[in-house]
Amino acid sequence: MSLSADPVPAGTPAMSAPPTRGRWRGWFRGTALVPLLAVLLAFAVGSILILISSVATTGHLDPSLPFRAYGAMLEGAGITTDPDAIFSGLINTLTVAAPLVLGGLSVGIAFKAGLFNIGGFGQFIMGALGAAVTGAAVSAWPAPAAIAAALAVGSLTGAAWGFIPGALKALTGAHEVVTTIMLNTIATSVIGWLVTGPFLAPGFSFSRTGDIGNAAIPIILGRNLDAGVLLSVIAVPAIWFLLFRSTLGFQIRAVGANPSAARYAGMRPTLIIIFTMSLAGFLFGVAGSVEVLGNTHFVNASYGTTYGFDAITVALLGRTHPVGIVLAALLFGAMRAGSGLMQITTGIPVEMVDVLQAIVLLFIAANVIVRNVFRIRASAGGLAELETVTKSYSSGAVR
Amino acid sequence: MADLVNALYGIPIVGLLFQLIGYLVTIVPQPVIAHQIVFLAVPLIFGALCGVMCERSGVVNIGIDGMMLASAFVGFVAAGLLNEAMPGEPFGPFGMTVPLLVGVLAGVVTGVLLSVLHAWLSITIRADQIISGTIINIAAGGFTGYLYRLIVIPDPRMGAGNFGTLSTPDGITSIPVVGWIIGAFLNQGPIAFSALFAVIVLQVLLFRSRWGLRTRAVGEHPKAADTVGIDVIRLRYRNVIIGGVFAGLAGAFLTLEAQGSFQLNLTHGSGFIALAAVIIGRWTPIGAFGAAILFSFATTLQVAIGLQPPPGSLGTILAAVPSQLFGALPYIVTIVVLAGFIGRSIAPAADGQPYAKEART
Repeated sequence: MSLSADPVPAGTPAMSAPPTRGRWRGWFRGTALVPLLAVLLAFAVGSILILISSVATTGHLDPSLPFRAYGAMLEGAGITTDPDAIFSGLINTLTVAAPLVLGGLSVGIAFKAGLFNIGGFGQFIMGALGAAVTGAAVSAWPAPAAIAAALAVGSLTGAAWGFIPGALKALTGAHEVVTTIMLNTIATSVIGWLVTGPFLAPGFSFSRTGDIGNAAIPIILGRNLDAGVLLSVIAVPAIWFLLFRSTLGFQIRAVGANPSAARYAGMRPTLIIIFTMSLAGFLFGVAGSVEVLGNTHFVNASYGTTYGFDAITVALLGRTHPVGIVLAALLFGAMRAGSGLMQITTGIPVEMVDVLQAIVLLFIAANVIVRNVFRIRASAGGLAELETVTKSYSSGAVR
Repeated sequence: MADLVNALYGIPIVGLLFQLIGYLVTIVPQPVIAHQIVFLAVPLIFGALCGVMCERSGVVNIGIDGMMLASAFVGFVAAGLLNEAMPGEPFGPFGMTVPLLVGVLAGVVTGVLLSVLHAWLSITIRADQIISGTIINIAAGGFTGYLYRLIVIPDPRMGAGNFGTLSTPDGITSIPVVGWIIGAFLNQGPIAFSALFAVIVLQVLLFRSRWGLRTRAVGEHPKAADTVGIDVIRLRYRNVIIGGVFAGLAGAFLTLEAQGSFQLNLTHGSGFIALAAVIIGRWTPIGAFGAAILFSFATTLQVAIGLQPPPGSLGTILAAVPSQLFGALPYIVTIVVLAGFIGRSIAPAADGQPYAKEART
């Protein structure tokens, strides 16, 4: 625990107050400019990488490859002139962005409480498992009841997978960065065991959970956009209200800014930390449930996801604010949705998205690079809450 | 004697513990098992030494896993490409070849470069250290996956083999009581040997040298260290970079000594287990070594139980436990230990806190 207790619970970061008229410019420069330029710069660096890669894919240095690769990515994401491609591409983008919104909110709200949720992977796949198993068990129920039951169990499984590191952090001081990563691997083992053992569905050529029947969430748009996207739409204002208009949200932000000060002010950091991590797990659990019930319809023995780590970038790029998270989720949804077409048509591997993510994060963390390249004097590009995350790395329990 | 053992084994519940001890006593000294315990510990030992170097001087490094993965990949590709250009003849002990040595060097250089990035982000521009580590992890996963598809998949026969192990003289393993331990440590490759060497050297230096005293001072109270004339920034840089050398060796071990190939996500989070080993080992090289051995022991036990199931009621119980849960054992142990259920360890006081000369700390 830090001794330099700041007496003011600095739980009112710049973005919490909506900017009044005439201050939009200042808000833009202070908050949105650095992330925007970071993305721009990342794509520029990425294009250099693609240019070098062209030696491997085409045999010579091909200056047009970066343009073709990014063009294919845009086309796959629905940003193109072909009307059919626009529709299916945008649907794909939204399908990927919907869980990213939930995941981004999860990581974001944890950051607000001074917690780093790297456990999205485990929470997501455990939520998916819970929903798949319940869905298979209630597949004969009437659709609304079956969906509700599967969704509820899946989300709560995710919440439980978030509760564990929250309770460990609050009560014993075991840092969530290490425990959530361990729980990710443990979740993989648990799924490998349950899907090949107790929940193995008979009659398939590989190990998987049973048919979910009526528990499937109906598709509402295009080929694969299911009604679960509405949950992401609802979650954004809900989390915004919780964070910025409720007492609980104020406590979360106060604990994140300074746990000691929050405790002196009569709050209970222990409970807040446990609650926030459980909520973070719950959000990923919802995302995993929707993914299974609306999209994949079953879980196999080696089920995995990229949403857990993508969500970290989404939350940081969105400055942990719900609105920013939606924008960042749409960006990364588009990149993931378009990366497949990019790999097929230009031979640039889909892992380009991970590389771009790392570069975006680098430029956000080291915003001094961005400010120097573009010669701007934007205010702080970092996040105040993050200090608490690192300070608490080996400081013991919060009590 | 046999009657006594059977009587002990027959006690309800407690008897199971005796059976477990009896099983371990018969299984662990077997050369294959003992060798495996040391062998699997090597990347954890090097990863943990990287963590000790960083955290003792006040820098949290959760990017060890990424550093290991990147070093493993670069070392493998460097050795593989060089081997295609000019296949090396083995010379000296361990079946050393020029490509293998160059691969190790390339792996170490990769670890150093990434640690310079981490040092710059967390020491100079005082970015958040955990975010910095996360960036390294995501970047390593992304870059290795990207380059793997571009370079390795089109060339499936790439590789330069791997280092051999030293064959143990028969006389040593037949020494009673301790012979199998010496044998397990001797029957290893060059990187494994250097791991054991590094643990001892680092332990002595950290607690018996001027550099060690200064490092610990910088990690506990950088302001006080600065006041007596220690260059905090420089010392932190130097230590994080030395940590990068260890992470690079851990990666090189994975692709150039443990096996001669690379797979995606090769490290499987062992960099994070190494971090846990640092904490369990109370930020000392020897302690981290012990913790690493504990983890590799848990992993090896899983294999051993599959190959030679223990007899009696213990075997029946263990056979009922699904093998996947044994696979999760090291991770569960890590959580249990981190939660302080087995004693509490205190981190260096300034761990994770950037230092600025004039700022309040």
